[in-house]
Amino acid sequence: MTKVLMSGNNIIGEAAIRAGCRFYAGYPITPQNELTEYMAEHMRTVEGGVFIQSESEIAAIHMIVGASSAGARVMTSSSSPGISLKQEGISSMAANELPGVIVNIMRGSPGLGNIRPSQGDYFQATRGGGHGDYRTIVFAPATCQELADLTMNAFDLADIYRTPVMILADGMMGQMMEPVVFKKPKPRQYSEKFMLRGAGQGKSKFIRSLILDAIDMEEHNWKLARKYQIITEKETLHEEYKTEDAELVIVAYGTAARIAKGAIKRLRENGMKVGLFRPITLWPFPELKLRTLSKKVKNYLVFELSTGQMLDDVRLALQGYADIGFHGRPGGVVPTPAELANVAARHYEKAD
Amino acid sequence: MAKKLFSRPKSLKEAGFHYCPGCGHSITHRLVAEVIDELGIRGITIGVPPAGCAVLAYNYFDVDMLEAQHGRGPATATGIKRALPDRIVFSYQGDGDLAAIGIAESFHAANRGENITVIFINNAVYGMTGGQMAPTTMLDQKTTTTPAGRNKTLDGYPVKVCETFSQLKGPTYLERVTVNSPASVNKAKKAIKKAFQCQMDGLGFSLVEILSPCPTNWKMTSVAACKWIDEVMSKEFPLGVFKDNMAAVKKPAEAAS
Repeated sequence: MTKVLMSGNNIIGEAAIRAGCRFYAGYPITPQNELTEYMAEHMRTVEGGVFIQSESEIAAIHMIVGASSAGARVMTSSSSPGISLKQEGISSMAANELPGVIVNIMRGSPGLGNIRPSQGDYFQATRGGGHGDYRTIVFAPATCQELADLTMNAFDLADIYRTPVMILADGMMGQMMEPVVFKKPKPRQYSEKFMLRGAGQGKSKFIRSLILDAIDMEEHNWKLARKYQIITEKETLHEEYKTEDAELVIVAYGTAARIAKGAIKRLRENGMKVGLFRPITLWPFPELKLRTLSKKVKNYLVFELSTGQMLDDVRLALQGYADIGFHGRPGGVVPTPAELANVAARHYEKAD
Repeated sequence: MAKKLFSRPKSLKEAGFHYCPGCGHSITHRLVAEVIDELGIRGITIGVPPAGCAVLAYNYFDVDMLEAQHGRGPATATGIKRALPDRIVFSYQGDGDLAAIGIAESFHAANRGENITVIFINNAVYGMTGGQMAPTTMLDQKTTTTPAGRNKTLDGYPVKVCETFSQLKGPTYLERVTVNSPASVNKAKKAIKKAFQCQMDGLGFSLVEILSPCPTNWKMTSVAACKWIDEVMSKEFPLGVFKDNMAAVKKPAEAAS
């Protein structure tokens, strides 16, 4: 296995192509342009590869809807404002049970915001985002290696559950470089019976989300809900770091979790037993794992690059079980590990 | 021995249309199905119905279909066609779908010269939602959202899709027809067949605009609606071929092969 040094956005592109992605549509937006450009450059050299620079984010998501229905492995990417535009298509993919991968390299928001790293799209990503009763599997990588691994896994899960999967990273993850090893992709398992490829001599098929009968629509909603229940039971991922002896646990994901690890190093040098609980899937959220940890540890600090969004999920998991504090830096501010260490130290002392 | 002269096209399912009496959708569905039969492409055709009156087109066409969100048909069709270049892909759209909410998707699919076919029903009104102003509503035409008639100062002008798209280099074949008489139905069928042939020959984007009667929302009898197309609508939207580059595109393609 060769190690290569690549930037986050390029790693996602390379991992997607290695995973068999052969259809990408996207629209320029900072800080994810390198990914679109990587796909433009490399899709033309793989057999059957299609790259389209679409006229809008909306067109891009509907192009991948079409290609996914035709049986291609598909991906689109954008950053926060562009992901808002894609929500119509993401809702449609969930309803139509079409697989596909959507990458959100988050930036400062709301509105146009700025192009600095941020985590303000947690609610949108984990609550469905578009209209209707659905969920999207959300991966939150924190290292370049995870960008590679989780991008590949995202395609597999999208196929297994026939549902859109989101990679939720931020401008920092997209731009930074780390050595990475690309694992061997699994062979694709996705039945042709779900694809529209022309009826041939047989019976024609259709894929639609219009279900006018309310009872039938209700049943479709419950069918999706049962699928989400299975995903919740089987696909939850998290990491625990130095929680064995911890008196305080920081809960953070993605870039915030990297900062937290730096803070924990400083705190431990000063004799404070601090650990990290890092959700890797944001939906499904590792709620039960966190509650299990609360049998040992009673003091928690949620740290996000937002005003407090994952905080809601931590409260759902821990309210009544443990103390929960919060530190947030929204709007594109990336604090230092030293800052977080100071905040965590105050929280650590308070609990004594 | 009796000879069968007329029957249901094979590419139409055994289902009764839900369309209102006198509506042009039913005729157009039949024409598209006849063309698919005659070209022998039922097994390789994938259709994309819109949001609008034709939203249930998958209940009628006996070909594979993927329903698009409102206005996104040409983007969805682009995805299918690029993934499966040897299939025949058509998007079936109304005027609100194509010329209002989906104008960007239509315009850019045309401009890219996507090798797809668009069947565009222009009936100057939003039909399914109950007769609101469409981008193609005539000036002074009364709709539920222009109760005093379409006002050019407030509402702008009827959008001319064939004229606008004909200014682009991308599209290969653009024609406007109607289905308000037996003769015009025959002409419309020829145009639809040509549009599909254009795609089968790999020549690029084709669109057939069909001026289509909507007696219900025009609040007219079926006969009066057909007459209104001749006397009013086709004055604003003249019938004819707006672009036919098929021969020109074909030549270099043949020379290269």
